[in-house]
Amino acid sequence: MGRSRLSAWLVTVPPFAWIALFLFVPYCLLFCYSFWSLDANQQVLHHWTFTNYLHLATTPLYLTVILRSMRIAFSVVLLSLAIGYPLACFLVFQAGKYRRMLYQAVIIPLWISYLVRAYAWKVIFGNEGVMNTLLQWCHATSHPLGFLLYSPFAVIVTLTHIYVPFVVLPVVASLEKIPPELLESSSDLGANAWQTFVRVILPLSLPGVLSGATFAFLLSFGDFLAPLLLGGPSSVMIANIVANLFGADYNWPLGAAVAVLILAMVLAILTLTQKLERRWRAA
Amino acid sequence: MKPGRALAGAYAGLAYGFLYLPIVVLVIYSFNRDGVGGFPPRHWTLDWYRTLFADSAMWTAVGNSAIVAFSTVVLSMLIGFPAAYALDRYSFPGKGAFQRLVLLPLIVPGVITGISLLLLTVSSGFHLSLVTVILGHSTALTAVATTEIFAGLAKLDRSLEEASADLGASRLQTLVRIILPGLRTSLLGTALLIFTLSMDEIAVTFFLIGRENTLPLEIWSRLRRGATPEMNAIATLIFLFSVVTIFLSQWLMTRGQTGTSFVQEGITN
Repeated sequence: MGRSRLSAWLVTVPPFAWIALFLFVPYCLLFCYSFWSLDANQQVLHHWTFTNYLHLATTPLYLTVILRSMRIAFSVVLLSLAIGYPLACFLVFQAGKYRRMLYQAVIIPLWISYLVRAYAWKVIFGNEGVMNTLLQWCHATSHPLGFLLYSPFAVIVTLTHIYVPFVVLPVVASLEKIPPELLESSSDLGANAWQTFVRVILPLSLPGVLSGATFAFLLSFGDFLAPLLLGGPSSVMIANIVANLFGADYNWPLGAAVAVLILAMVLAILTLTQKLERRWRAA
Repeated sequence: MKPGRALAGAYAGLAYGFLYLPIVVLVIYSFNRDGVGGFPPRHWTLDWYRTLFADSAMWTAVGNSAIVAFSTVVLSMLIGFPAAYALDRYSFPGKGAFQRLVLLPLIVPGVITGISLLLLTVSSGFHLSLVTVILGHSTALTAVATTEIFAGLAKLDRSLEEASADLGASRLQTLVRIILPGLRTSLLGTALLIFTLSMDEIAVTFFLIGRENTLPLEIWSRLRRGATPEMNAIATLIFLFSVVTIFLSQWLMTRGQTGTSFVQEGITN
């Protein structure tokens, strides 16, 4: 028994220490910074104050940007589901002998550099880009469509491209768990394909939809790279504000407060979806 | 039923088109003499690859990224393995909180992980360098290592371990002779995944980088100045590198299990 205690210590203490030092302590520091402020010489003042949070609450800009980030993230989720859900159904119910190969084909883009994919959309959407020159070449338009790049549209398409696989995988996993007998008995009892889908397949796939949607929502909500690369001033997202406050605008305490806000929202959404999922699992 | 089937197939085809269009465009235009965009591409050239191979700053960045990725693989596996093992085999006080904290970087935006580690670095008086980047990557990717190895451990045949214990092997002997060999493919696959993710990481790196750039940050800083055909060439090479890694890891993984991925494990756990 003493031996077992020792080995338990050996496997728990090193990862525990690492995580305490490089995850827990930094989050605490972030929290502390958000209650500090800058003095006239741009030095961090270690006095506790609510100034940053008051500033966030009283400046409409932050609310606008948060709402915009949520809108963009929500559009990404809807689009990813619109593309990913039918794809998952196709993979599970109709792909037949090619299923394995086609499944891998969804995973492959996950391994391809985020930067490479975001950059590719820039090449496609630019004024001299593939899309505009293609449209002009087939005389669909006479001048480049400026709204393609440097707009929320480009950001949404890029993020959707990145998060479709994140939606497909959990949905496939939950569809795979549906016993085939259930579908058979549904049709034996006289349900047509549509009824079977609405009454059996859809409800049973909801946990997968939920985890995929949560993942896609949270990660696009906190993205700052796609807006920087492909979005214009009209698509600044909340993480861009953090990045700016820690960069050019140099106000770490205020940046920390925005970051704490993001973290709180992420954790709240995560808790909410986990509760929902548990309820569905129990039902 | 028949037309529905065809429709579903067509829809899936479009979805795959969406997933692969950007990659195909990138590869084609890396050979286009007329530059970054323009349709149709008319003249083919290898010039952008020549420019790229002569670009020493880019290759220095590749070297830096390789150092970072290699160190990250070692560190995150060294932390992720015991973490996964503890989560799978032991119960201890605070286990739930521990699990949630380990997996947090999977779901928390990189910008948060990045700036909170920046605050730690600055508060403890260190300078930003490749070392801080390695710490950042390891902290973020330990979550991936833990979930992947956890999934691997769950699939192991427990009776072998029981037999090993019955035959008088200590826990360490069982670990070295039974568990590690059983996990070999899963560990290799995880290492490859972490290597790829680290080679590609920007959000965390962005805040922790010192004077030496990693490859994605080097590309990033140039993209801010405008796209060049050389970028298409490096992006194509990165893509090729990813493809080789994928096939390697798929080959390793399929020898042991059906395809699950870190994403799935991460969000269902």
